[in-house]
Parts: sequence; C-alpha cells; structure tokens
Amino acid sequence: MIFRKYPRLLRGLSLTAAALLTGCQGGVLDPKGQVGADEKSLIITATVLMLLVVIPVILMTLGFAWKYRASNEKATYTPKWSHSNKIEAVVWIIPIIIVTFLAILTWNTTHKLDPYRPLDSDKKPINIQVVALDWKWLFIYPDLNIATVNEIAFPANTPVNFKITSDAAMNSFFIPQLGGQIYAMAGMQTKLHLIANEPGTFNGISSNYSGGGFSGMKFKAIATATPGEFDAWVKKAREGKTLDAGAYQQLLKRSENNPVQYYASVTPNLFYGVLNKYMASHQTAMESGLSSFQLAALAKSLCITPPVVKE
Amino acid sequence: MLLGKLTLDAIPFHEPIIMGALSGAGLMGLVVFALITKFGKWGYLWKEWLTSVDHKKIGVMYIVVALIMLLRGFADAAMMRTQLALATNGHMGIFPPEHYDQIFTAHGVIMIIFMAMPFMTGLMNIVVPLQVGARDVAFPFLNSLSFWLLVSAVVLVNLSLGVGEFARTGWVAYPPLSELSYSPGVGVDYYIWALQISGIGTTLTAINFLVTIIKMRAPGLKLMQIPIFTWTCTWANVLIVASFPILTGVLAMLSLDRYLDFHFFTSEAGGNPMMYINLFWAWGHPEVYILVLPAFGIFSEVISTFSGKRLFGHTSMIIASGVISVLGFIVWLHHFFTMGSGADVNAFFGIATMIISVPTGVKLFNWLFTIYRGRLRFTTPVLWTLGFMVTFSIGGMTGVLLAVPGADFLLHNSLFLIAHFHNTIIGGAVFGYLAGFTFWFPKAFGFKLNEKIGKAAFWFWQSGFFFAFVPLYVLGFLGMTRRLNHTDNPAWDPWLYVALFGAVLVACGIACQLLQIVVSLRDRKKLVDETGDPWNGHTLEWSTSSPPPFYNFAVVPQVHDIDAFTDMKEKGIAYVAPAKYAPIHMPKNTSAGVYIGAFCTVFGFAMIWHIWWLAIVGFVGILASMLARAYDNDIDYYVQPEEIERIERQRLAKLGIDVERYDERDTGKSAARPSKAKTLEQV
Repeated sequence: MIFRKYPRLLRGLSLTAAALLTGCQGGVLDPKGQVGADEKSLIITATVLMLLVVIPVILMTLGFAWKYRASNEKATYTPKWSHSNKIEAVVWIIPIIIVTFLAILTWNTTHKLDPYRPLDSDKKPINIQVVALDWKWLFIYPDLNIATVNEIAFPANTPVNFKITSDAAMNSFFIPQLGGQIYAMAGMQTKLHLIANEPGTFNGISSNYSGGGFSGMKFKAIATATPGEFDAWVKKAREGKTLDAGAYQQLLKRSENNPVQYYASVTPNLFYGVLNKYMASHQTAMESGLSSFQLAALAKSLCITPPVVKE
Repeated sequence: MLLGKLTLDAIPFHEPIIMGALSGAGLMGLVVFALITKFGKWGYLWKEWLTSVDHKKIGVMYIVVALIMLLRGFADAAMMRTQLALATNGHMGIFPPEHYDQIFTAHGVIMIIFMAMPFMTGLMNIVVPLQVGARDVAFPFLNSLSFWLLVSAVVLVNLSLGVGEFARTGWVAYPPLSELSYSPGVGVDYYIWALQISGIGTTLTAINFLVTIIKMRAPGLKLMQIPIFTWTCTWANVLIVASFPILTGVLAMLSLDRYLDFHFFTSEAGGNPMMYINLFWAWGHPEVYILVLPAFGIFSEVISTFSGKRLFGHTSMIIASGVISVLGFIVWLHHFFTMGSGADVNAFFGIATMIISVPTGVKLFNWLFTIYRGRLRFTTPVLWTLGFMVTFSIGGMTGVLLAVPGADFLLHNSLFLIAHFHNTIIGGAVFGYLAGFTFWFPKAFGFKLNEKIGKAAFWFWQSGFFFAFVPLYVLGFLGMTRRLNHTDNPAWDPWLYVALFGAVLVACGIACQLLQIVVSLRDRKKLVDETGDPWNGHTLEWSTSSPPPFYNFAVVPQVHDIDAFTDMKEKGIAYVAPAKYAPIHMPKNTSAGVYIGAFCTVFGFAMIWHIWWLAIVGFVGILASMLARAYDNDIDYYVQPEEIERIERQRLAKLGIDVERYDERDTGKSAARPSKAKTLEQV
C-alpha cells in the first residue's frame, strides 16, 4: 500500500522544513533588526506554548483511535458513558490556563511592539515619509530635503521613523527582515519605527495587493555600515532632479517595476499635501506648519485632475 | 444605448485559455442537455427536482451545485499553483496580471460562497428536518427560493468568465481598489450582484431553519436534547441572521459608490475605505464560523456513531458552540491589526480571538473522550474526522499565532496566512462536509458509497493538503506575500514546486471522489441499504427509510432521549407500525422559485452591464412572480392514510417486519414506489 508510506514521507518533509527554516535567508525568521528579532522570538514563544496542548491532542487522537478500534475486543467499552465532571473540568481548565498565559504575553508584547512606539536609542532618528503610488514607493527625507523612488538608506543601529500614506489603493509597507508591516492608506497617516542592527541591503515590499503592477512594487532598504557611507548615498541622491508638483504628477502615472530614482530637492511639505488631497485635516495642517489654505493649494497642485469633480 | 456597456468586445475571443475553458464547459453542457433530451427526462427533472419543495431534494441539488463549483474553484487553484511554479526567475508564467488577478479573486469567492456555503446548506437541508422529526422545513417554498437565488448567483459568476470579466480585487474587494476609479470594469459589479443575490438566499435559509428547529421539533424533543449537528447548524444560522445583513449593507453601499457616485468608501470626498474593511470582516469573520460549526456537528455525529457510543459532553458541546458563535462576533479586527489601531485595541481583539480556542479545544477533547472506551470502526467518515482532528489542531495553533498582534505584523498577508486559513477551511469545513457526504449519502439515496475509493480519496486529500500547504507556511516565514503574480527569489522555488505537487495530489483526491460516485452508482444494487440505518445510527434521521418518503415520518416520532433512535431501538419500538395512519399535510411543488431566480439573473446581469430597460424587466418579473405566488392558494394537500399505508407497508416488508398484518393483494400491487406526481393526481 502506497499510503502506508506517507507518514514517513511527511515526517521526512517536516524535518527538511525545520532544517531549511533554521538556515533560511532573508525571511522573517532571519531578522536583522531589533523589532524583527523581538517579533521572531514572540512567534517562537507563542508556538512552544501552544504546542504544549497541540502535540498531546494529536498524539491522543491517534492513540485513542488505535486503542479503541473496533477489532480490539480487549479494550473497555462503555457505550452509555458520556459525562464526567472531572474530565469536563480538566478540558475547560487546561485551555484556559494556556490562553491566560498567551493573553498576558499578547497584552505586553502588543504594547512593547506597537509600531507607533518610537524606539529607545541615544541616536537621533532618521525621518522618512513614505507615499505608496501605483506601483512604486516614493520616499521623502524631510530633514535632508531629498527624495527617492524604490530605494531607501539609513545608517545601521540608528532608529528610522516612517510616516506612511498612499496616493493609490491601499498597500502595506513591509521590510520583512527589519520588522512588522503597516498599511499605507490614502488620506491617512500611519507610523512605523524600525532599526537595523547590522549593515546590509534588505528587500522591501508591498504586502497588500493593490492592482495589476503589485508584484513589482518592491524597494531596497540599505542599512549602511557607517554614517559616512550614508552621507555618500545622500550625495548620490542630490545629483538627481527636483521633485516639484509637475514631477510628482509624472510619478502618479501608473508604472510597473519602476527603476530607482533620486530627487535632489523636494517641494516642502509635499507629504502633507498628498495627505490633504483626500482629507483636509486640521491636524495635518498643524503638523506641516502651513495654513489650511496653503495646504489646500499645495494639495490641488499635486492632483492630475482635481478629485471628486465629475461631469 | 440599448445594451448598456455590453459590446462584442466583452467576450474574450483573444484569450485561448478562457475560450478553451468556455468551449469545454459548453460542450459538457450540450452533452448533458442531449442526454436528458434523449432519455426524455426533462419532465421528470422539472416536476420531481427543479420545482420540488422537498428539503431532501433541495439539499441534494445544493450539493450538486457545490460539487460543480468545487471543480471550478479547484481549476482556479490549479492555475494559480501552475502560474507560481512557472513564473520565477524572470519568467512571467502563463497568466498576465489582468487575468491572474481575476483567477485568485474567483477562487476565493467561489470556494467560500459557492462551494462551502451550498455544501453546508445542502447537508443541513437533508439532515436537520429529519433530525428534529419534522416533515419539511417551516417554509418549503422559501427554501426552494433560497436555492434558486443561489443558482442565479452561480450563473452570474460563471457568466463573468465569458462575458466581460470578474473582479481583480481579491475576494475581499477592498476599496478604494474596488471603487470605480481603480476598477472601472464590470468585474466588481459581477462580484457585488452575485454576492447580493446569494446572500439574500442564505439569510432566508437561516430564518427558515431557525423557525424549523424552534417550532417544528417532534414532541418530547427538548432544546438540550437536539442532536449536535442540528445544534451547530442552529448556531450557524444565528450567525447568518446576525451577520449576512452586514454584508448586504456593505455591498449596497459599495454599489451606491459605484452606480450613483456616492462616497461611502472612496478615498476622497469624506469617504473612508477603513469602514468597508471593518464592515466586511464583521460579516467575514462570523462567516468562517458559519462554515465550520456545522462541520464540527458532523464530526460529532460521525465519531459518536462509529464509536458506538453516546457523544461525550453533549451539553458542553452546545455551550462551546454558543461561546464560539458569540465570540466570533467580537474578533473581526484581527484581520487588520496592521491598520494602525493602536496597542490597546489590537491587544483586545487579539486576546478575544485566542479565547475562542478554549471552546474549540473543549470540542477536540470531547471528541477524544467520545472515542475513549468506544468501539471505533474505521470507515471513510471516521478517517475524515481523525484527519480533521490532527490537521485542525495545527490550523488552530497557527490561527492563535496570527492573533498575537506582534507576530501578525510579520505574518499578515503572507503565505503563512494563506496556509492557515486553508488549514482550517479545508482541514475543518471541507473535511467535515466530505465526512457528512459519505455519512448521509445512504440516507439520501438508499445505497452506500464505495468505501475503498472513499478511503483513497481521503488519503489523497490528506497528503495533498500537507504537500500543498506546509510549503506555504514555510514561504510565509521566508517573506513571500500573497497575490503575487510572479516571484524572483530562488529560495522560494523548491517550495512552490512542492506546493504544485500537493495540488496534483488533491486533484487525485477530487477525482477519487467523483469516481466513487460513479462506481457506487454502478454498484448501487450491491451497496443498497434496505434498513435505513446502515451505520447503527443514534438520531431520528436513521429511523426512517432510505431515501425517506417525501413526508419523512409516517407518524411523527415521540422523543425521550438525546439519542432518540438508539432509545427506540433499545425499547424495541423502532420499527413498529401504528394501528392507523392519519392524513399528512404536505406542501405542493411550485415553479415560483425557479422563475424568481431566473428574473434575478436577468436583473443582476442588466445591472452589471447598465442595461436599464432590462433591469426594469427583471425587477418587474421578480415582483410579478412573487405576487403570483402570494395569491396562489393551491399550495398544499393532504396525503391520505391509504397512500401512507401502502408506502410504509413496502418498507416494513423490506425489513421483514409485521408484513402478515396486510393482505396479499395490496402488497403485490405496490411493487413500484408511487411518485409524488401520482400522489398529486389522487388528491
């Protein structure tokens, strides 16, 4: 019987899987940043905690089924036995205990790993504003007045503060090896705080499907070994063009597998203008330091056709 | 324009794969059509099936639809696995995004709404009225209407293959992607109208069955004695009644955005896509419990029957199902921890989610202790159940892992998530339905299914499942996100190939399932079950013949115990004929459901293509058929005692019980079972 061989095959497969996972490169189990590392250890702790119940259940299923098979006349048979307060108590209490532990773990880690929480560090963080476009990522360094498409850089061991929005469908901003993701939504601002613990070039993706060109919506996140290397990268970016309203409108046109682009300077508050295209908010105006009227004018200049208006 | 947005360009002549699929389906349709015509079965089909209000026949038709849609949905899955196995290292595979994105959307919609839901509804139709000792559901015509609304939606979804396109949004159709600005085509409109029409059918079904279970139970059947499958269906129906209106509402709002330039969910003009996402999952999460709770009920029935033992913790099971249902309503946000709700909110929904694993764990232990000190017969349904208990434990564990927000930030939208929900929906719901299919097939048709092929189907599915989805768990850890059209990471390739191999194994499983039906149909004389109780069952559905007479029970049974039929067998009153039969009040067949369904298709199609005059025709047609039905007073009749006696005598004769009570002449005359049409003439 060919099927009898399956259990062994399956076991072999899972062993291979385990072997490959420990050596896996570039995935979420191979973190290169503190956030990712904490999240990975959370995954492992939670899994081990649950396996305490899951493995016995699986073994009991197979064991009971075998022991009480119809052909085993020696096993006890009690057709009417269907209730036992002791067993009922145990089967309710064991999952409750495990879940209580998990709940405490969840409450604590959810707060500790809240993507909105700035990371503790004595270094000054790098600020990056992120705009998801069809189908590319625009990054603005407000403090450095440069912008890029599909590539970011920052020094290793320096916190990076992302402010994220979208000028397209919903996307999710994700650098798997550095830590968790957060949605990019039009008219909304989300935040993410990451840090790289070692230098390297990491893959960045959109992990929320956003239309036809979604598969090519990738970027590189470069953690430089020294501040000097980062400065060199900034210098390279400064050789690019200017990102003004006209250049932004060009970016709004749909493109797939967009190459890396650099912009030497950016219209101030462009990020807030993009936010304001969809939702005029007092908070956005406050944050940008512009008046509502100035912000509205900026937002309008960033539209190919003014939104809402239809014939 | 007379035809709205519809032009000849809507038919994808230039797509060889679609045209091939269409002509294949068309050819099969023609063959079926020709065969029915050749054997002159149109009248039979119309009178005995299509217009039937008999819950058992409607149940069978639901499952036929589910199996057909399983093939369609699986074909989509096979195409996706093939594409991803080919489209690596710079190759683009066989499907460009504009086609591939429709495939994964269709796969999700079809498998959940048009495969799992009708499969579940079909089993519920066949079994629930029998388990509670009722003669039909509370509203038989409404039941027929629900079915035809489903068919109407199925027709629309399949039309989208050849006329126009289907949505390219993923099965969740999140705005703003599903809004006009990003999806100007008819795909999302097909999605909206198909879901709306079938959703209304589902809501009506749930109301119908809730009333049936509450009001039409056999005398003596107390609430806490209702068989566990019916109880889990009750909870599922409560969830449907509470959650499907949310889906109807949210899709209505999306329609207003798309048709009348409203701004509920647009990015601009004060709309908010996050509202859609919340509302969608406020339906979507209860929906997964709607699918899986009845499956839990099936496993309970199967494991108790084949262990030859009463279910352990019947009350505990009912309470656990209830807790799952209530909690299922307050966890929807775990589908989008990554939206940025803040730590308190995320932690609340995460913890609420993991609390669900408590009642679910209790259920698993109760099944274990049902096996404990039993006499387990390893039949096909038992294999599905054991396979489920092992597989679902893993799926539950990965689910709880995803409920931890800190972990979810890494795994959200990854193939780990895909593996998780297939783990629960295949390993939970589908395994359950297939167990139920094999378990109750003899009840519906009077003969058993071939065990050998059934077991082969199980092993192919079970191994195929692991081969197809363990790689997806791994790929999730390797950072592969869902809905990618092509990949460029060599480390992922081996896993994508293994997953494709898994899909091949599942295909073998499905082929076995179909072969099983064909072979069993051929050997039906050998596999026949005269007793109506092939498994030594516990509940009332096994107390009547297989297939049951159209009135289910000649005499409504009196219930004294949870395992009502076991109780009757032990007291020796299981097969005793009464001295006298009373007339039975039964509903007449009606074609109103078919017409309303047909007009719904016309209406939906016209709305999709903006053919306004046709939409009015469809809408007026729906109203007119409903009114015609409402003013039809000729909807019921009484089955006379002589008729009942003749049918019952035949059954008792087959069982070799008490036949001498009846005289020779009548026994000889009733060699063939009279059809329902004949019954109607007599009345």
